[in-house]
Amino acid sequence: MSVHEQFAEDLALYALGSLDGVELQALEKHLEECGSCRRELEQLRGDVGLLGLSTAGPKPPARSRQRLLSAIANEPRLPVRDRVGASTRTRRSWFPVLGWIAAATVAVVCIGVLRQNSTLQQDAHSLKIQLTDQASKLEQANEVVATLRDPEALQVELVATGNKPQPRGKAIYQRRNRSLIFLASNLPALPAQKIYELWLFPANGGAPIAAGLFRPDTRGSATIVNPPLPDGVAAKTFAVTLEPESGSHESPRGTPVIVGAGE
Amino acid sequence: MPSGDPNAMTSDLALVKAIGSGDQSAMAALYDRYSSIVYSVALRVLQDTGAAEDVLQDIFMQLWRNPGAFDANRGNMAAWLAVIARHRAIDTLRRRRPENSLEDVVVVVESDLASATDRARAMDKVRGAIQVMSPPQRSALEMAYFEGLTHVEIAEKTGEPLGTIKTRIRAGLLSLRKVLAA
Repeated sequence: MSVHEQFAEDLALYALGSLDGVELQALEKHLEECGSCRRELEQLRGDVGLLGLSTAGPKPPARSRQRLLSAIANEPRLPVRDRVGASTRTRRSWFPVLGWIAAATVAVVCIGVLRQNSTLQQDAHSLKIQLTDQASKLEQANEVVATLRDPEALQVELVATGNKPQPRGKAIYQRRNRSLIFLASNLPALPAQKIYELWLFPANGGAPIAAGLFRPDTRGSATIVNPPLPDGVAAKTFAVTLEPESGSHESPRGTPVIVGAGE
Repeated sequence: MPSGDPNAMTSDLALVKAIGSGDQSAMAALYDRYSSIVYSVALRVLQDTGAAEDVLQDIFMQLWRNPGAFDANRGNMAAWLAVIARHRAIDTLRRRRPENSLEDVVVVVESDLASATDRARAMDKVRGAIQVMSPPQRSALEMAYFEGLTHVEIAEKTGEPLGTIKTRIRAGLLSLRKVLAA
């Protein structure tokens, strides 16, 4: 590799982030124009990476793995082919999620009808009628889904005259199934290196339970669907707090943005 | 890596592709494969287990959100993650905002370090190469790498000429490349 000798040592420092001052400026200007020095820089960064391997030994505590897996479970993503040039950090509004839920529900119903049809031939005529009915409902559901998923659809929240839309959230919690659906809207945009976190406060006064980190979309909407929760916890209150980007997990550190208690 | 892991033989690239499709088990497999490297580097720089855990979480979350940041055609996952971990740890040490996004960093290492055996072999070689460096060379490299010092700061700290520090650092890095290629 033909590297310009006058920059050879500076490249090594640059790979380490140890170059500064006028030498840094001169090298960066040179790198813009010199492919061979850029390639050497990539190699030197590889060498720097190897230096990092010399430290390998300590393993992170098991809680780190659980923390990561909980965080990614709370930030599920659609397959790449379904994402439309958008950052994966933000989800669009919660309406598309509801749309998918509606579509899946209708699909399950249709599958059930089809199975019934195959085993009860004598009721074919009846089933045909049912199927037609389901198909009609499916068509209606698809129309609803299409509207909900349409990014150009106008979404307006109506509030009392003279009031600005306020941050709000709705938690639908089924203790028996540990099922929690949380919908938020009108949340303020996140400050840098902050994230929202949903908390479940148990009715028995136990420690609050982290129920998901989330980032609202540009319209301030967000959804959490079935975050990992312990069995059988009766909920008293739900709250959303503003936390450091990695979340708090042990207990809320930030001030509540929205809070709501069950009846 | 836990024995019996069905992802044990899966390539890094396949795992990254699966992560791109939202496969959480692929993310777990990649974490099992490389969390020790990321954590070790961050811990060595920060000397604080909690802060190192935060760096670990931050890097893998970013990878989850943007697996395309890793370009398998131009890099090696182990070395790339080690570089990213070191960047983030030093940013944390200096309490500054991250200077590099994941996509900004291209790392080239010829060796394949996807298997635990390959990584262990590479670690032995790298440690061996560091051991045979002269103490001033090793010290200069470690001050730059683990403490994030500039060459000027290292020269001031050691009382050595700037040119000497530069030469030692470059020669040290190249010796690592050479020993791994051998």
